[in-house]
Amino acid sequence: MSQAEHTAGAAPDVDASGRVALLAELAHALPAAALLASTEELKPYECDGLTAYRCLPWAVALPQSEEQVLAVLKVCHRRQVPVVVRGAGTGLSGGATPVAKGVVLSLARFMRILEIDPAARLARVQPGVRNLAISEAAAACGLYYAPDPSSQIACTIGGNIAENAGGVHCLKYGLTLHNVVKLRVALMSGEVMEIGSHALDDPGYDLLALMIGSEGMLGVVLEASVKLTPKPHTAQVVMASFDSVIEAGNAVAAIIAAGILPAGLEMMDKLATAAVEDFVHAGYDLTAAAILLAESDGIAEEVAEEIATMSALLQQNGARQLRISQSEAERLKYWAGRKAAFPAVGRITPDYLCMDGTIPRKHLAHVLTRIAELSEEFRLRCANVFHAGDGNLHPLIMFDARNPGETERAIAFGAKILELSVDVGGTITGEHGVGIEKVQQMCVQFSREELEAFHAVKAAFDPLALLNPGKAVPVPRHCSEYRLTGSAR
Amino acid sequence: MNDCVEDFRSRILERRPLRLRGGGSKDFYGGPLHGEVLDTRSHSGIIGYEPTELVITARCGTPLAEIESALAARRQSVACQPPLFGAASIGGVVAAGLSGPPRARTGSLRDSVLGVKLMDGEGRELNFGGQVIKNVAGFDVSRLIAGSLGTLGLILEVSLKVLPLPPADATLRFELPQDKALAALNQWAGQPLPLAASCWQAQVLTLRLAGAQAAVAAARRNLGGELVAEPEAAAFWAALREQTGSFFAGDAPLWRLSLPSVTPPLDLAGAVLIEWGGAQRWLRGDVDGASLRQLAAQAGGHATLFRGGEKSGGVFAPLTPALMEVHRRLKQSFDPYGVFNPGRLYPEF
Ligand SMILES: Cc1cc2nc3c(=O)[nH]c(=O)nc-3n(C[C@H](O)[C@H](O)[C@H](O)COP(=O)(O)OP(=O)(O)OC[C@H]3O[C@@H](n4cnc5c(N)ncnc54)[C@H](O)[C@@H]3O)c2cc1C
Repeated sequence: MSQAEHTAGAAPDVDASGRVALLAELAHALPAAALLASTEELKPYECDGLTAYRCLPWAVALPQSEEQVLAVLKVCHRRQVPVVVRGAGTGLSGGATPVAKGVVLSLARFMRILEIDPAARLARVQPGVRNLAISEAAAACGLYYAPDPSSQIACTIGGNIAENAGGVHCLKYGLTLHNVVKLRVALMSGEVMEIGSHALDDPGYDLLALMIGSEGMLGVVLEASVKLTPKPHTAQVVMASFDSVIEAGNAVAAIIAAGILPAGLEMMDKLATAAVEDFVHAGYDLTAAAILLAESDGIAEEVAEEIATMSALLQQNGARQLRISQSEAERLKYWAGRKAAFPAVGRITPDYLCMDGTIPRKHLAHVLTRIAELSEEFRLRCANVFHAGDGNLHPLIMFDARNPGETERAIAFGAKILELSVDVGGTITGEHGVGIEKVQQMCVQFSREELEAFHAVKAAFDPLALLNPGKAVPVPRHCSEYRLTGSAR
Repeated sequence: MNDCVEDFRSRILERRPLRLRGGGSKDFYGGPLHGEVLDTRSHSGIIGYEPTELVITARCGTPLAEIESALAARRQSVACQPPLFGAASIGGVVAAGLSGPPRARTGSLRDSVLGVKLMDGEGRELNFGGQVIKNVAGFDVSRLIAGSLGTLGLILEVSLKVLPLPPADATLRFELPQDKALAALNQWAGQPLPLAASCWQAQVLTLRLAGAQAAVAAARRNLGGELVAEPEAAAFWAALREQTGSFFAGDAPLWRLSLPSVTPPLDLAGAVLIEWGGAQRWLRGDVDGASLRQLAAQAGGHATLFRGGEKSGGVFAPLTPALMEVHRRLKQSFDPYGVFNPGRLYPEF
């Protein structure tokens, strides 16, 4: 799409001499291959997974050592040049979208797993290590890293930490927050500190809680220690089809009310199921209004019992067809579809926006009905995938950026969904982060005073506000403007 | 209800040091007490509890006991079983951030915090987090508040994630010396076993299993040991949670060491009790705080003077200058006039 309207504030009057001086200093700090500055080289970094927003930075730094990272930070700090840290660039909220007249600091080359300690059930890794690579490295010890975002083949642990990423198994095994115990962090000033430890708690304030989910705005993660979880003996998934999303929602509540905490509990609506089936051929029921995947793990007897209980509850709540995975291959196939939901939808539409609100589950029917109405209103299709266990809803708004005005319409539709999530007592983002995409809706969810508190937290780590500026926390003044336009309450 | 919030606000706006206090169950904990008491117990009651959403929201003065009985009626609980120590209020539970015996398995109290309504040093009411399980909008201030010992503001309300109670449990006992017990605990923790809690003391390792019936039964067969019958087992874990057993009796200083679970037995001058699979070790005795702290730091952990003893050497392990600077700035922004619990966490603020 065109760069015209949705850049992160790019100004045409590039301060050329500032850029030249910066590049000279960076060239001094980095090997030649670690500094990209031509338009051609910069192009791949102009956006992350949120492709509707693009911006060319002044430069991209690809350091290979901690000294080089610190040198880049110090140069930028001294020159007061903004820095945007980047992992794999799979983020869906524009967290890694460059800022104009800034430097992108890519940690893609920090790919080493430094240590797998099976006795302590910990892995110590560099920030550019891919999520799945940790589980692969720990597999020989019967351990794995539990949070499993659907992007786990590509996304990095640094990006996971910055977004507090979740996955389909997080209801039972926790989010990134619950699985990261220690970080080595560089502040914007180039100062390095260790936050957390291999013990279960630390003296003083819980700065680890602040760092995780801070969207690259407080510090640069240089190293992380993460918890490894013993692999369950076995796992099985039951797939249920429903004639209405309301019934499917009730079935989810019934499972939770029965005291079961499934290893996974996911829902897809009809449009999502169709897109996915076309892509992975998992044998999903294409006539169902919603399908539900409920997983149990543990020892064989336990799994058999839990699957039986869940099956009964699903049936009592109107499931018209149940299928239970009969082998590990089949279980993985059922999940493959759910995990490929975004790319599958990506195949049936030139562009899509992925929303990420969390809602109290009891409002699911209302929210989905309202989304369907909005879909008509904005004349854009919308498929829904849902982390049903924890209420995290991903409406996927389909559009074609080549059609004039359609991107704007998609963004406006998305904004309505975010506001709807807040209205029913939820939040604008459950796991993808605010980034630049939802920065205005922060004004809906938070008061001026709360936003000021967030700015103060940022200033405690980054007083000059140079790390990822303009993301996640809006300037309260901009909120008044947003409210005036009538979009917000 | 609003009356007492207004009352809190006007006290805060006087800008004199306040000592925030709920049930007073943890008056012993942290640095020396300063300031006039602000009693939160008038601001009490469960605001919302929906078992199928796995979330409970309550006002700060609500007794933890009241919350636990509401949850138990629906077979749910605050999974980490924070200590009651008598009359703990939920505000104090979150402020202190202490977790009970199942912590190694369930995560910490902080892990279950979903949202906090805070009154800051300017008397402003601020909401962080919320009432849903997944929420990454804004910095995670609600979990920062957990364990901040009331130094960042007055907690008005909290929302916690709750979990179903395990359907079955069993307690096993093994005669083992400390090194063997630690090795066994770490080895078991690397397997998919339904471990719920552990306690080693005086050559005896007591292990609690909790989970599905079949899983608990299989683990029992697997691990051996001697089965401890109910109600003795329940009484044992309750006493451990509440520190009412003989190990915790008397006036000798009580140190808490938080260590990597794999830390081998430390050479400590005093009686030792080990929880959390090796990660939490209690020590009774008049030991030299500085050298104990050094020992803990060398092992990758830290030591807290939990109860009693001479507090002038500091209750919590000192921070590096860089971390202290971040702490100071955070404190300054939430509590610019130094109203809330001055000196309770660190003498510097
Ligand atoms: C197909 C698809 C499926 C997805 N599924 C899920 C899912 O199931 N669950 C989920 O939570 N997300 C999902 N995502 C979103 C995305 O993958 C996650 O947000 C992921 O954590 C981003 O990691 P990344 O390495 O790509 O980070 P990037 O996109 O490069 O960066 C994300 C943020 O992290 C910051 N950052 C990166 N590295 C560091 C570091 N070392 N130090 C400090 N800050 C850093 C960046 O500045 C930015 O703000 C999905 C995305 C796609 C495209």
